[in-house]
Amino acid sequence: MSELSLGLRLAARMLRAGEVNLLVGAIALAVAAMATVGLFSDRTRLAMAQEANRLLGADLVLRWTRPIPPEFAQAARARGLSTLSTLAFRSMAVHADASLLAEITAVEPGYPLRGSTRIARMRGGAEEVPRSIPAPATLWADERFFSRSNAHVGDRIMLGDKTFTLAAVLTQDPSLTLSIFGLGPRLVMAYEDVAATGLMVPGSRATYRLLIAGSRASVEAFRAWAEARLPAGARLEGVSDARPEVRSALDRAERFMGLAALVAVALAAVALMLATRRYHERQLDVCAMLRCLGCSQWRVLRLQLVQLAGIGAGASAAGCAAGYAGQLALSSWLGSLVGIELPAPGPGAAARATLLGMVLLAAFALPPLISLRRVSALRVLRREADGPGFAGVAAYAFAIVCIAGLMLWHAGDLRLGVYVLLGCLATIAAAAVLTWSALGALGAVRSNGTVSWRYGIASLRRRSAATLWQVIALALGLTAIITLTLVRSELLAAWQASLPPDAPNRFLINIQPDQVDAVEDLLASRLSYRPQAYPTVRGRLVAVNGAPVDPSTYGDERARRLAEREFNLGRGDRLPAHNRITAGRWHGEGSGAELSVEEGIARTLHLKLGDRLTYDVAGVRFEAPITSLRAVQWDSFRVNFFVIASASLLSSYPATYITGFHLPADDGGVANALVQRFPNVVMIDVASLVTQVQAMIGQVSRAIGFVFFFTVAAGMLVLYAGIAATHDERVREVAIMRTLGATRRQIGRAHAIEFALIGALAGVFAAAGASVLGYVVASKVLNLPYQFDPLVWLTGLAAGVAGVVAAGMAFTHRVLGTPPLASLRQIG
Amino acid sequence: MEAVGLVKQVRSDGRDLRIVDNVSFSVFPGESVAIVGVSGSGKSTLLGLLAGLDAPSQGRVFLDGEDITALDEDGRAAARARAVGFVFQSFQLLPAFTAIENVMLPLELAGVAAAREQAAALLDRVGLGERLTHYPKQLSGGEQQRVAIARAFVARPKLLLADEPTGNLDAATGARIAELMFALNHERSTTLVLVTHDESVSSRCSRTLRLASGRLLESARQ
Repeated sequence: MSELSLGLRLAARMLRAGEVNLLVGAIALAVAAMATVGLFSDRTRLAMAQEANRLLGADLVLRWTRPIPPEFAQAARARGLSTLSTLAFRSMAVHADASLLAEITAVEPGYPLRGSTRIARMRGGAEEVPRSIPAPATLWADERFFSRSNAHVGDRIMLGDKTFTLAAVLTQDPSLTLSIFGLGPRLVMAYEDVAATGLMVPGSRATYRLLIAGSRASVEAFRAWAEARLPAGARLEGVSDARPEVRSALDRAERFMGLAALVAVALAAVALMLATRRYHERQLDVCAMLRCLGCSQWRVLRLQLVQLAGIGAGASAAGCAAGYAGQLALSSWLGSLVGIELPAPGPGAAARATLLGMVLLAAFALPPLISLRRVSALRVLRREADGPGFAGVAAYAFAIVCIAGLMLWHAGDLRLGVYVLLGCLATIAAAAVLTWSALGALGAVRSNGTVSWRYGIASLRRRSAATLWQVIALALGLTAIITLTLVRSELLAAWQASLPPDAPNRFLINIQPDQVDAVEDLLASRLSYRPQAYPTVRGRLVAVNGAPVDPSTYGDERARRLAEREFNLGRGDRLPAHNRITAGRWHGEGSGAELSVEEGIARTLHLKLGDRLTYDVAGVRFEAPITSLRAVQWDSFRVNFFVIASASLLSSYPATYITGFHLPADDGGVANALVQRFPNVVMIDVASLVTQVQAMIGQVSRAIGFVFFFTVAAGMLVLYAGIAATHDERVREVAIMRTLGATRRQIGRAHAIEFALIGALAGVFAAAGASVLGYVVASKVLNLPYQFDPLVWLTGLAAGVAGVVAAGMAFTHRVLGTPPLASLRQIG
Repeated sequence: MEAVGLVKQVRSDGRDLRIVDNVSFSVFPGESVAIVGVSGSGKSTLLGLLAGLDAPSQGRVFLDGEDITALDEDGRAAARARAVGFVFQSFQLLPAFTAIENVMLPLELAGVAAAREQAAALLDRVGLGERLTHYPKQLSGGEQQRVAIARAFVARPKLLLADEPTGNLDAATGARIAELMFALNHERSTTLVLVTHDESVSSRCSRTLRLASGRLLESARQ
């Protein structure tokens, strides 16, 4: 008979007999927490990618300045993908003898493949989603076109050789959102009309796009196929370009949930550690019996390994099932999060969670297990015959390294993982030192008081190592629960406050310097405050530390694009609100040539403090060092810049101004007034984006509450494991004391005193832990302000004492009611 | 089985203590031998040495002609698996296993296919045919020891070693257990070596070895 089947049968017996309930519970819980968050994150990430694609109008866009060879569309369709072509070019549009340079997009039926366009049948009229693209010989024009040309719906417009009718006002277009810095008025027409205009002749400047959409796998397959065949200068644009505002909010939500799950894993690890101790003690007898029955050391080890793997696999499977159900619940809550169906989760998250369960089990159970093979067969004759020690320092070090690796891996965010890990280790160390001191101090007051008091304290001191672990485990469990109830709500409130109802939903760009005061005056007269306009200079990064920037050397597509294109450089000496310096120092007023770079883009472009950047602004170059890195709260929707230069550095370059403000939904007058008085100024409407992010924050807050449920469950499990850890010993003691004539009341009181002291110690540590955790998470991870709450201490103490006494007494109540002889027999 | 000049020496409080002191004797196939003596006389230690559960400081133990003291721990384990069954004072049933699973274990370890049937038959023989799926804690002391005896005999060992098999049981139950053990010993022609305080048990053995302070005082033949 193979070792495998025997080992698995032994495992099944252990599971059925309930010998390993705690062990299984701890693993299943850790796996469930991780699987829930992992599966859900998978799905939202996929959904967010699709959402980003709505802004792109497709899942993938192939762009070139020449007609795209037809084999690309054929290859895409052969993979079951939908395709359509668009063409963008500039041309003079003639209206009533006046002409205007317009940006024209010609689209094929079915446009867009993702997201939707919106039009109004008249200026200021109600928006609708059109059923088709513009009919032949008609145009849709945006508000800019109408205001600059003074045209009306129904007017005739000449484009090249062909005359069109203005059919509708274009109010939303996926490609509009992406090209927010394209400044010209826009027209949309049917592709089939392009030839009749005669505008497209060889050498015409135009951008051809092939829009592609379909299942993720097919899109990826096409992408891989196409990338190898792209003509020079052609480019694929894909899913990695979600709006930073949405991505930032979602990232934060994922970090919140990831943190909750990580804490759950850390707690489950503690419960597991307590459980393995008990498992190890029970297995001593099993191994001694196996040795006595003639198993070799290696056979004992092999059987134990198979048995443990079987238990771990069973528990992990249960955890995955629970995790799958959990993320279904989460998704049903959040299905409307992005307005589209969440895609099915991939199997990756479940596999990762299962691996986590197995590693967790291996980390704690393996080192003592390996020592189990050396158990003396003599133990069957003399129970006191030494078993190998539970685990040495090396074993715990192994466990900590494993757990640390897991946490860093699962956190996905190194900093978050390190904080949680260090937080746990610091809490354990501090709790150990303080508990040790407290036990010493209790010894001094032991001689006073009743028998129960003396016995209670004596028990604590005698089991000092067990007491220590109990206090630490309970403190960690309580920390999670307090963090949930008090700190979480504050963190979420702070987050929601970071995007208030009056967050900017309109941006004005291309304001000329001489228009700044007038624009600000106009806005101030209609709004309750005066929005500030920020100067900005368009420049392109051409060299880093003197070496020319070659976009093709960047592996990352986003980095390539950033290196290729011009973007807006901020100019100023005052650090904008919602920006935080993370490295170096802010240049401040009166400084020389200095640059401050947003940390995300610095990472993307591999820039670091002290690098010297050369920018090309309208053909003129300047060089300056990076003297600070900034964290920017993108989802605040305020005006933010990737790079801010000191005022003196950019004062001689032509600047335009940009501002953001909140425009209430019913106030269309401001928009019209702005467009009419300042026709060059472009207004970008992000109201729907702001609403979307606000709704997302609200929904995600509820989701986080749900994920924290796992954390609380893990905390409870730790409480249970902590109390169960000394259960066998307690049963024996109670039996002996009862035999010696102690009353149930006396023993009960002694237990209550013992539990109350443990609970008080754990509660105080938990309060400290929750405060520090809240602060660190708020300020370091989520970039939110945090307020200390004195109530935490009171809650910690009360919850600790009440929780541990209640749980502990419930546990030992049964023991007190059992006749001493039965207890002794049960323990053996 | 033969023991030659067995010595077990431990250090206690800085001096050497001989728990088993130069013990030699032989046990012949089919014989039943009782080792008796006061508490602390070294009976259980001697039994442990005979079973190869522990290594002697000096001397040799031959099992079925093989010098098990020359083997390492795993070699001795293999010898146990081949030839030795055990019954203990405290039963030593695995609490997570049902009665039948406890009895099946030696067969399963040996890779016997019909483990369940053989175990069930033997449990039926010891009178526990109705209690196969009970856990040890659901059984009385006498029933637990009967499960332990079934486990000891199920692999058909040549030698059965028993350590105070009736020590944890009342007189009446102990007598029934002893009865069962000797009956099985007879049915299966096993060699029996047992340590006991119980006169009624030792008197049924073909020979009694008396130990005092680790030394063999006499070897009385009934």
